[in-house]
Amino acid sequence: MVTNATSLGRNGLYDWLIQRASAVVLGVYFICVLGFFLCPGEATFADWHAYMTSTYMKVFTMIALISFMGHAWVGLWTVSTDYLTSLQLGKAGTTVRMIFQGGLALILLAYLFWGVQILWGVK
Amino acid sequence: MKTTVNSKRPVNLDLSTIAFPLPALISITHRITGVALFVGVGLLLWGLDLSLASEESFNSLKECLDGVFAKLVLWAILSGLIFHLVAGIKHLGMDMGIGETLEGGRLGAKIVLVLSIVLIIAAGVWIW
Repeated sequence: MVTNATSLGRNGLYDWLIQRASAVVLGVYFICVLGFFLCPGEATFADWHAYMTSTYMKVFTMIALISFMGHAWVGLWTVSTDYLTSLQLGKAGTTVRMIFQGGLALILLAYLFWGVQILWGVK
Repeated sequence: MKTTVNSKRPVNLDLSTIAFPLPALISITHRITGVALFVGVGLLLWGLDLSLASEESFNSLKECLDGVFAKLVLWAILSGLIFHLVAGIKHLGMDMGIGETLEGGRLGAKIVLVLSIVLIIAAGVWIW
């Protein structure tokens, strides 16, 4: 079996499953957040603050952020292994792809810790 | 990569020489919106930060979103989310074996296109 050291689940079936499971979480989360704004009446700070800092939404936001990390990794990994290869870039292909994937991992971690700080730094 | 089977075999499709049918266009747009949303989520986190930090920052974000440019950015992010979600639901359906035939694929692509256009217009109306 051919495996790839940079794929999230180490094989295509796990990546496929991670992408689907995280997609469902993100879809439901999007609708839950959107639902707040679609409720009639003006969106006030007090209501929004109470909604998003409830334990329920804090935990859901964290689950959504971690799902986003997995989802974005699988998706952008696929893009990078399609378009940032030796076929398009010659000898530099692997180096460029590794730099891209490294940057991707850093940004995803930054998103996660930023999200933690936003939700747990709030008064 | 050397092949001993048939050396005239094409190595890879040259996408620039192929006419894209609708399902292919939906697929590539799904991918493009995915890449764009990676950046979009950063902007949404920034907005979340401003909206929760204090009542003043919440109000300044609200004021900022009265501007045409900010509205356009928000609409672009929402449009990307809507299209990616609708096309993603079609994907999950196809994983379960729904619409896997050639005709089913074409119909599914049409449904994704129409539904996402309707929802994107609705989002635009809602923002303005």
